[in-house]
Amino acid sequence: MASVLLLWLAVCLSGTWAVDKGNFKTCDQSAFCKRQRALKPGESPYRALLETMELTNTRLTLQLINDNNKVRLLLELYRLQGNITRVKINELKPLKPRYEVPDVLIREPPTEPLSLLSQDENGVVLSLGAESQRVIVSARPFRLDIMEGRDVLMSLNSRGLLAFEHLRMRSFEPLRSKEEEEKVEDGMWEESFKSHADSKPSGPSAVSLDFSLPGVEHVYGIPEHADTLRLKTTDNGDPYRLYNLDVFQYELYNPMALYGAVPVMLAHNAQRTTGIFWLNAAETWVDISSNTAGKTVFGKMLDYVQGSSETPQTDVRWISESGIIDVFIMLGPTPKDIFSQYASLTGTQSFPPLSALAYHQCRWNYNDQKDVQEVDAGFDEHDIPYDFIWLDIEHTDGKRYFTWDPHKFASPKEMLQGLVEKKRKMVAIVDPHIKVDSNYKIHNEIRSKGFYIKNKDGGDYEGWCWPGSAGYPDFTRADMRAWWASMFAYDQYEGSMENLYTWNDMNEPSVFNGPEVTMHKDAMHGAWEHRDVHNLYGFYVQMATAEGLIQRSGGVERPFVLTRAFFAGSQRYGAVWTGDNAAEWDHLKISIPMCLSLGLVGISFCGADVGGFFKSPSTELLVRWYQTGAYQPFFRAHAHLDTPRREPWLFGPENTALIREAVRQRYTLLPYWYQQFYQAHQTGEPIMRPLWVEYPQDPATFAIDDEFLIGRDLLVHPVTEEGARGVTAYLPGKDELWFDVHTFQKHNGAQNLYIPVTMSSIPVFQRGGSIIPRKLRVRRSSTCMEHDPYTLYVALNPQRTAEGELYIDDGHTFNYEKKEFILRKLSFTKNILSSVNMAPDAQFSTRSWIERIIILGASKPSKVTLKTAGGQESQVEFEFDASMSVLTLRKPGMNAGVDWSVTLQ
Amino acid sequence: MMSYQYLLLLLLSLGVSAVEVQRPRGVPLSKRQFYEEGKPFTCLDGSRTIPFDRVNDDYCDCEDGSDEPGTAACPNGSFHCTNAGFRPAFIPSSRINDGICDCCDTTDEYNSGAACQNTCRELGSKEREIMKEMAEIAKEGFLLKQQLIQEAKSGLEEKKAKLAEVQVSKKDLEDKLEALRTVKETAEQPEKEAKERHLKAWEDEKAAIRLEKDKAKMAEVFLELDDDADGFVSVADLLTHSELDPDSDGSFTEAEAQGLLGGVDKVDTAAFESVWNNIKEKYVSESNADIPAPVETPQEETREPVPENDSEQYPEEDIPEEEEDDDEEDEDEDPDDGDYKSPPTTQTQEQKDDDDEGTMPPYDDQTQNLIDAAQKARNEFDEAEKALREVDDQIRNLEKEISFDFGPGAEFAYLYGQCYELSTSEYIYRLCPFNRVSQKPKYGGSETNLGSWGKWTGPEDNVYSLMKYEHGTGCWQGPNRSTTVKLTCGKETVVLSTSEPSRCEYLMEFTTPAVCQEPQSLYPDAHDHTEL
Repeated sequence: MASVLLLWLAVCLSGTWAVDKGNFKTCDQSAFCKRQRALKPGESPYRALLETMELTNTRLTLQLINDNNKVRLLLELYRLQGNITRVKINELKPLKPRYEVPDVLIREPPTEPLSLLSQDENGVVLSLGAESQRVIVSARPFRLDIMEGRDVLMSLNSRGLLAFEHLRMRSFEPLRSKEEEEKVEDGMWEESFKSHADSKPSGPSAVSLDFSLPGVEHVYGIPEHADTLRLKTTDNGDPYRLYNLDVFQYELYNPMALYGAVPVMLAHNAQRTTGIFWLNAAETWVDISSNTAGKTVFGKMLDYVQGSSETPQTDVRWISESGIIDVFIMLGPTPKDIFSQYASLTGTQSFPPLSALAYHQCRWNYNDQKDVQEVDAGFDEHDIPYDFIWLDIEHTDGKRYFTWDPHKFASPKEMLQGLVEKKRKMVAIVDPHIKVDSNYKIHNEIRSKGFYIKNKDGGDYEGWCWPGSAGYPDFTRADMRAWWASMFAYDQYEGSMENLYTWNDMNEPSVFNGPEVTMHKDAMHGAWEHRDVHNLYGFYVQMATAEGLIQRSGGVERPFVLTRAFFAGSQRYGAVWTGDNAAEWDHLKISIPMCLSLGLVGISFCGADVGGFFKSPSTELLVRWYQTGAYQPFFRAHAHLDTPRREPWLFGPENTALIREAVRQRYTLLPYWYQQFYQAHQTGEPIMRPLWVEYPQDPATFAIDDEFLIGRDLLVHPVTEEGARGVTAYLPGKDELWFDVHTFQKHNGAQNLYIPVTMSSIPVFQRGGSIIPRKLRVRRSSTCMEHDPYTLYVALNPQRTAEGELYIDDGHTFNYEKKEFILRKLSFTKNILSSVNMAPDAQFSTRSWIERIIILGASKPSKVTLKTAGGQESQVEFEFDASMSVLTLRKPGMNAGVDWSVTLQ
Repeated sequence: MMSYQYLLLLLLSLGVSAVEVQRPRGVPLSKRQFYEEGKPFTCLDGSRTIPFDRVNDDYCDCEDGSDEPGTAACPNGSFHCTNAGFRPAFIPSSRINDGICDCCDTTDEYNSGAACQNTCRELGSKEREIMKEMAEIAKEGFLLKQQLIQEAKSGLEEKKAKLAEVQVSKKDLEDKLEALRTVKETAEQPEKEAKERHLKAWEDEKAAIRLEKDKAKMAEVFLELDDDADGFVSVADLLTHSELDPDSDGSFTEAEAQGLLGGVDKVDTAAFESVWNNIKEKYVSESNADIPAPVETPQEETREPVPENDSEQYPEEDIPEEEEDDDEEDEDEDPDDGDYKSPPTTQTQEQKDDDDEGTMPPYDDQTQNLIDAAQKARNEFDEAEKALREVDDQIRNLEKEISFDFGPGAEFAYLYGQCYELSTSEYIYRLCPFNRVSQKPKYGGSETNLGSWGKWTGPEDNVYSLMKYEHGTGCWQGPNRSTTVKLTCGKETVVLSTSEPSRCEYLMEFTTPAVCQEPQSLYPDAHDHTEL
């Protein structure tokens, strides 16, 4: 009895802060997942009907038949530009159309010619263009193998797990014996979870396919999960789940679904990186197994020595509840090829206004205008820069978005004007649940236009959220999104001004009284069930909001919109954060792999709530979190309503100084961050990136997720351990040099370096061979620093060369698209540092100049000469620190946008 | 008069700018001597010496930022604005030419294109006005404070006198109480004895009556059993009463009957006395036996007429099959065993049995007199005890009040025992200094405790500027509510505002003359500078 009581107590106590797992489905509780997972690898019942094959220049089609039920599928295979193969499988003649995800691909992907290499009764071999790549289509059983030379890169249905639940009429007659007898299982035509029933009007409709990855031991991606960077095998538990959910107090290191879903997986080994993009927006589960998982290092070595081992292989299986199979196989071969391949499909990171890369101060909630003003003044008083102050839901008039609380925020424009005068900005929350209230304009318009999502019986769907009873606009409709965007016009959104930006929260969507705290799957979006589109909802909300911010400025200003829910392609619309984390050390640690995983699948603009949302951080944790957040792409402090205040100056002068220093480091590096975003916007490469992306052949980097790179050139190993006295950072690259950015101490690459730390330490290293521009005159907001001069940090590699770039534009408009920017290539070679125009067709002028050049790893020159465009020469004064080999050039003074060179003699 | 002042200010400001050209931008007058035109400049921290043309050349040469007092080049520099007409100020260098007007004399934005207006004169006059007002308030408030201190002093004296007085009366009360205790105890002894006697007499009487009843019953039963009226009860006579079967096995044998009769075949009335003791528990009168009482009926059922009640009250697994009667009765005796309350019927039956024996007769006069006398002594004692308790309370309260930290001159003493309210759109806030803070919804709903008096929590040099009230009603998933009361000088004693800057941590602004400082100590420097 006592032990039972203790157990009960333990459950209650632990329940206080942990996720209530019972609110969310396991695979076993999700009928289609249970059904599909019950299928075990074996011989596939599918057979390719080669006689149905049609091959045009760019497309192969082929029918597949399931020998068990004779249902036919149509396989389409495309060779896409940029080394991508697209495989599409749908029912040949579905009872009604099955959902195909729109709006995520930026265009119909351009194809490349396919050609037939050989054909016999067992299958066909197609050439995938260059690089001796082929696809082998085997007929019986059906499978696809993608080869390069003699190597199999990837196989589809090699484990026979292709499954396609065809649409069917519900048969109420019991067990009529017929040729295609289908077992009717529980959960096919209706299922329930807790008190929620799912009417499943279309019956079973799941799709599933397996992929084998020979030679692969490391797979990444499929965010969002609070898990390690390297994905784990799922044999002994649930698969990784992709289903956008508002998970209260989420737990770490498990495969449960979180707020967003990007169905993209990267597979990597020292030779090659490949990717799988499973374009399906329904609830999806991903199983991962590996033939080397669980083997010890010794075991693997033994295998290797004895030569007896099978090649390592990772097997992956995707299961989705509805829709079709539409999968993009990205063949790399390098990590950067994968990024550009994926970017060619779904687009790149949006280019945010520069200020959005600065520091954001948020809290649920700043109580009123006076509070906002006092916090704003507090930053000035304590000389800590910030750019954005945020308002959570309490700023509204009774959780009616687009409105202001008439008492607490009676004159929002006055408040916003106060911020304008400090060159600062504000973000106010606009959630997609709309209070059902006939006195609320937004609600009335949405209802009268019929824009709400409908329930299964055809009425407007209603659920509970912050405002109480709420409707959910159907963001899958383009006309709805256009209307929503128009609501951000200055004359529609009362009290808004050009320095007010937007935050979309709760867009999974969160429905407090819905199944798994989200929408019923049988709610209707026009002809489609919510089941089909669920994971797209948040993507569309952010899309429409960003469009609204663009339109209100007549297409001039770049938007800034933060979202909690996301899907593939969300990178095009703004930033995401990792949701409602907690003030715990493990949550600080997990922020790194969570943002790294997002970066790998295109979403670079990622951050975690600094300090932790739930609970109250210790001062040490808060300081460490600022130090970590200062080096992550989206840098925002946030706190729950019920936590004590934690503005940076509330923890004594010493800690205020530590936080100030961390934030100032961020501001000095804003030119570099901005440049990284410009690059990400061009290429789709992640900004915060795992080490293996830059050192793909070094297996030591493959599982590292306590340190990361920003771009290529900065390596960060934040201190994320309580009471840490030192960290061990892996410095990659055996030909690399790494310079401690604080001390300029030089270290060799390919080593584990122990770095003693104090509370002020943020271990950061600049790669030898790089040039990083900074602005050292930190002011109270990034906009105040616009015209300030640059200091160039030139870190020399062993060959005594270095290169970098300098990107400058107006910082906030789309004029860069009209070639109004400066892009300089900076290079140091043969003792000459020069700035060359990389974009001769672009035009922009800046008042910024070069105030200082610091060359790390230099030797002492006798003379330094500056040469500028007109051929004028002048001497530059310098100082040399022999102990650290640091050469500082004093005030060369040239404009940052012109050609120049500096010669060391 | 006005125009004269204006002219004077104008002249002054001209004079100031004339001074300014003689020192580098951003240098305060007090440091002018370190910046000598044309001579090498030594960083103020002494770290290095540089040519004078590197002062304010927009490049940071000194670690301490002292070479760039007028530019934003040094991350840790500061810029001095003269702000003629207002207060001079230092601002961080990073605010120079950032497009934001920080100095009211606009000198920080000399190269940013920001359209700053010189607002020093307005600010100055506004500040002077406010300062004048505040000085007036402080002056009056300070007078009030002196008064409060006087009142507190005399109040304290009064309280101390009162305390002394009460302490004396306490001694009297204690003596009186002791005397009354003796009286009470003396009266209670005979009372107790008399009561015991009375009770004993009544119990004896009851026993005699019971014996009589039993004898009568025995005689009656003898006649009833003696069917043949031969003056003997025989084995045969007994056998007609099957309920007397000693082992209740359904067959009442002659041997068993003989056993009941003490081994003989029949007994006369004298001998029946011992038989009666064996059978009276089971015996059923023949007059009752006319009503058919089936022999098979288990005894329990007849004895427990409402078993359904039991099944409702007992958890199912505890429903007794047999032999549970004893347990039940044990449990009945324990009324605290809440879940296992006995059926009420049992209790009433028992009470009825008691009633059969009648009630105790009233006390005789003598006993009653003793009781009355004792009761009177008790009442007097209780009253004296109560009076002493009250005096104790009074002493405690007085001591508490006397020892309370009401400030250096006890100027806050007048707040003790008072309450002040502030009504907002939603709530009425109530501050009872040195006691508690609470919040009550305006339109119905219960009061919430925002904290009880904790301590003074002002900074070391001004401890009496902040009050802390702690341990209020707990917040869901949060701390217990607490309130900080910020005291500012005012003529009136009022709650100015309340807010909740952090969840469940309230802030109240409260004015009182008790914190007013002596006026001349206010803004000692301000006047000098504004007259610059």
